Amino acid sequence: MFRRLTRPISASAKREERIFYLFILPWLIGLVVFSAGPVLGMLGLSFTDWRISLDDLQFIGLDNYAKLFADPIFWTSVGNTLYIVVGRVVFGVSFALLLAVLLNQKVPGIAFFRAVYYLPTVTAGVAVALVWIWIFNPRLGILNYSLKQIGITGPPWIFSKDWVKPSLILMSMFSVGPIMIILLAGLQGVPKELYESAAIDGAGNWKKFTNVTLPMLSPVLFFVIIISVVSSFQNFTEIRVMTEGGPGESSNVMIWYLWENAFIFLQLGIAAAVAWIMFVVLMVLTGAQFWVGRRWVYYEADSG
Amino acid sequence: MTTRKPKESVSWRKSIKGRRAIGYILTFALLVPLGIAFVLPFIVMVSTALKPLNQVFAFPPRLIPETVQWENFADGWYGYGYVNFTTCTWNSLKITVNNIIGNLVSCTLAAYAFARLKARGKNFFFALVLATMLLPNEALVVPQYVLFNRFGWLDTHLPLMVPPWFGWPFFIFLLRQFFLTIPEELVDAAKIDGAGHARILLQIFIPLSKPALATLAIFAFIGNWNNFFGPLLYLRTPDVQTLPVCLVQYQGAYGNTDWHLMMAVATIAVIPVLLIFIFGQRYFVEGIATSGVKG
Repeated sequence: MFRRLTRPISASAKREERIFYLFILPWLIGLVVFSAGPVLGMLGLSFTDWRISLDDLQFIGLDNYAKLFADPIFWTSVGNTLYIVVGRVVFGVSFALLLAVLLNQKVPGIAFFRAVYYLPTVTAGVAVALVWIWIFNPRLGILNYSLKQIGITGPPWIFSKDWVKPSLILMSMFSVGPIMIILLAGLQGVPKELYESAAIDGAGNWKKFTNVTLPMLSPVLFFVIIISVVSSFQNFTEIRVMTEGGPGESSNVMIWYLWENAFIFLQLGIAAAVAWIMFVVLMVLTGAQFWVGRRWVYYEADSG
Repeated sequence: MTTRKPKESVSWRKSIKGRRAIGYILTFALLVPLGIAFVLPFIVMVSTALKPLNQVFAFPPRLIPETVQWENFADGWYGYGYVNFTTCTWNSLKITVNNIIGNLVSCTLAAYAFARLKARGKNFFFALVLATMLLPNEALVVPQYVLFNRFGWLDTHLPLMVPPWFGWPFFIFLLRQFFLTIPEELVDAAKIDGAGHARILLQIFIPLSKPALATLAIFAFIGNWNNFFGPLLYLRTPDVQTLPVCLVQYQGAYGNTDWHLMMAVATIAVIPVLLIFIFGQRYFVEGIATSGVKG
């Protein structure tokens, strides 16, 4: 009998299953129509000579990828993206960790400081990017003026090829709010007993930090690094508002390269190839996050 | 009996009280300057917004304007021929409110299903939620553009206002985590009373999840209000533009920008976000902490 082969399911369980699929249906439709469909379409289009119209597409195999890899500006944009990714991970994450450690101190008024430190993150957008153009102004800006007061001649910041990427990294350090809060929550999750036993073993503050805090924090740190890498790929607003990839190509990052090819040069096939590469990189990063953090993630999720 | 007094030679610096005081001082020595640095961009923005143009370019730069020119706000708002800030603000508000509601409705349904319903295939679909959680929309923008072009949606608000009704993996994940914390006994009791899933969701889960829902609403508000990429991509004519795009149009040719007026409008654009943040701060911080520590 067939009934033996399929797991017996009661009527109420069947109804529950129907409700489950009914409830996830909007998300599922969205996934197919707005994400999965486009991703597959993008893969297909990256093999065509797509310019503007979709009507007479020629299949050109890997030509777009070949053209892309032969374009020195593409490699410049990859290099710039890597530069910013590394800068944001090294400086942004350590700065966020410093802020989290500060906010973890038991001093009065800490909630106020937490809010202040988070503030630039929520307002990150066109309005604040415009302010930063002004802050970075080499002659009249507040940044170089302040540096001058302590005897330093400031660099030309976003207006020079050498300084534009460090400037963007510096600016991004003002919006480390989310990773700061995640690290703070991580710090507060370190069991107190560990510090107590470390103190009994005679460990000082620095020893406690390197031998207790950092190891206990490592999964959170890993997650935070992944987030900052992913968000480094999204820095479109600053580039569009502040530098447009310049001076020269010195702040041309992958998302800007994609934008220029898609919507300015109308080389949509090439843009699709870039987008596909970005997609693969981001999926690999997400995969790495869950692979490394799996035990920790599910443990917390089950108990949570 | 010997009650030994602490030796006088133990210096104040090493005593517990002294250590704590030094700790306080060191902490504040870092907290305060950093705090000032974090609000400095706003001070620059507001002070530029209040200056007459000739003082904007004055050297040395002054944070407190010599003369306050309040009319910059009105001039900035109305003074730029083809940019209509009233229309842009209205468009931003309309899109933002729609997207908050859409996200909350669609994500609540999916989160409830993932948290509380049993079904074959559930783990597979939840894995898909996790896999797409970190994927930024920017990576999908080229094919989405083609799709919305096919739908005839370009230069309308539909590409911005329809997708939020179809869930957002990050929000689904956060809400599911929250729903898992609601005690099973409440659900069982409701089931005994004959409540269906729709009623359990409406009468138990939603009232108990107000903080989580508030968090998501704040996230959605800020994300949509600041959204620049989408509007820039899908909208062309001035009548449909949103606030961030309007602000960029204020940037004249290089060097010709009316900085004082632009900063005045930028200040106005930031105020709603500031207010939401100040009043919703508690939810906000908790929401992010949950997202990080629990996954």
